[in-house]
Amino acid sequence: MSANLINLLIEATLQTLYMVAISGAIGTLFGLPIGVYLAVSQRGELLSSPWVNKVLGLIVNATRSVPFIILVVAIIPFTRLIAGTSIGTSAAIVPLTIAAVPFIARLVENAIREVDSGLIEAARAMGATPLQIIRKVLIPEALPGITLGLTLALVSLIGYSAMVGAVGGEGLGDLGIRYGYQRFMPEVMLAVVVILIVLVQLVQSLGEGLARLVDKRAPRNRGR
Amino acid sequence: MADVETSGAAITFDKLGKSFEKKGSGQVMALEDVNLDVAPGTITGIIGRSGAGKSTLLRMVNGLEQPTSGTVTVAGHDVGRAGAAELRRIRRDVGMIFQHFNLLSSRTVYGNVALPLEIAGVPGAEIKRRVNDLIGRVGLEQFSNRYPAELSGGQKQRVGIARALATQPKVLLSDEATSALDPETTQTVLKLLADINRDLGLTILLITHEMAVVRDIASHVAVIDGGKIVEAGSTYEVFAAPQHPTTRSFLSGITGITLPSFIAGKLQAERPQGDSQEVIRITFAGQHATDPMLAKLTSELGIPVNILAGAIEEIGPHPFGNLLVSVEATRGAEARAYLERHELLTEVLGYVG
Repeated sequence: MSANLINLLIEATLQTLYMVAISGAIGTLFGLPIGVYLAVSQRGELLSSPWVNKVLGLIVNATRSVPFIILVVAIIPFTRLIAGTSIGTSAAIVPLTIAAVPFIARLVENAIREVDSGLIEAARAMGATPLQIIRKVLIPEALPGITLGLTLALVSLIGYSAMVGAVGGEGLGDLGIRYGYQRFMPEVMLAVVVILIVLVQLVQSLGEGLARLVDKRAPRNRGR
Repeated sequence: MADVETSGAAITFDKLGKSFEKKGSGQVMALEDVNLDVAPGTITGIIGRSGAGKSTLLRMVNGLEQPTSGTVTVAGHDVGRAGAAELRRIRRDVGMIFQHFNLLSSRTVYGNVALPLEIAGVPGAEIKRRVNDLIGRVGLEQFSNRYPAELSGGQKQRVGIARALATQPKVLLSDEATSALDPETTQTVLKLLADINRDLGLTILLITHEMAVVRDIASHVAVIDGGKIVEAGSTYEVFAAPQHPTTRSFLSGITGITLPSFIAGKLQAERPQGDSQEVIRITFAGQHATDPMLAKLTSELGIPVNILAGAIEEIGPHPFGNLLVSVEATRGAEARAYLERHELLTEVLGYVG
């Protein structure tokens, strides 16, 4: 493999990481509060508001129903509005983020709903406000689940990022299609696949390690 | 502010009712016309079976449940009519401990005890002082940095107690706090609660389904059945002369006052023809509790007594005993009259042919 190709691979890897990192970060920024709200606005919950919950749930489901490749193309006008352009790696971050937000929101919602309702009751009995319960009880207690959820979201984003070549987004997926497939260079395809596998493994192990670190639910062996 | 003058009680339930909307069957009455005064500084036990409404009753004291009728007054505050902010203030004056402890798994012992203080906005230095104090009081100094998952059930409940005391409440609510613990641990937790009651003058309202818990620490007891309080009073009086069948059945769960099965199976309500034995429950209370009454019965009246089961216990400073005996049915009335004359309570349970 020529030095030129290796440079291309390095560049594509960095572009993929850039897209996944930015869309993952912004996706969490919006997905986390939406997910928390989805969990606590259910009927009978802390901020019970069944109608808002239903509408928000519909929007989240609608966004998640659209296949990612369709979403990328369908929201081009919106992408242009946000990014100033509708093509290129930075522009691709817009659809990636739009896909990440509802996905992360559902994962966070599930993690929050796993929290024992007895803890909410205990906090209410202490005189906590709903916001205090969310900040001091729900999120810390759901953190292992949220961490695993974000890991899953990042792995999915790595997969999604391979499709943004359709609108001129670069990265590993795009490289694999243009060089490996269209230019008949199987060694590039192989290299892309291997790098993707390594990336996903890294993200997964890192996420699981982090989740274990914040999970205090199981007793650990001390003093060994 | 919906404050009301009270008769000095720490907690007052006044004509309290609670009904739930239940799908298919309409309204379900969980509590009906509950009237009870809990005197300051006492330990009051509310005993009832599951579904009797005791949990609902307890949760209305700190507004986790709202009454549908009547009022709950805590330290002069009408809990049911308090707004959100006032309710949060009331809750800081009412600590609560739970059957399943409800500790945050993500926080250490220290962090769990500090939580109510953080919520109340107490400054950091003050939190540190108070939390270390409380952890010392419940004897968990070495466990300050441990997580709940590393503690035993008894230790977890100690953390729960320290946490409930953090905001220096006037009232402590205990929701089956010892029901998930083994008998030995139950004793140490009950002793801790009794110590706290004595040292801090804290009013404790506890719910339980175990008469032994009431016997061991409660000075007052209320028996709840089908959403109504069927009997209430000082523990000693209620134990010595239980009026309601539910109370009696709870008491029979305590040692000594269950009939051996070989007799229970043969027991008849009506006195049969011919020779038979009358089975009597004798409750020893008051100053005669320690007198050898059965021996006197035999020596003075010449009535032989057959002892079937029995036990003597203590409720606070009072000795309290229960005996199940049988005597010849023909002399039953005479024997009972003699015992009643000596201030013992008797009750005919039935006859054995």
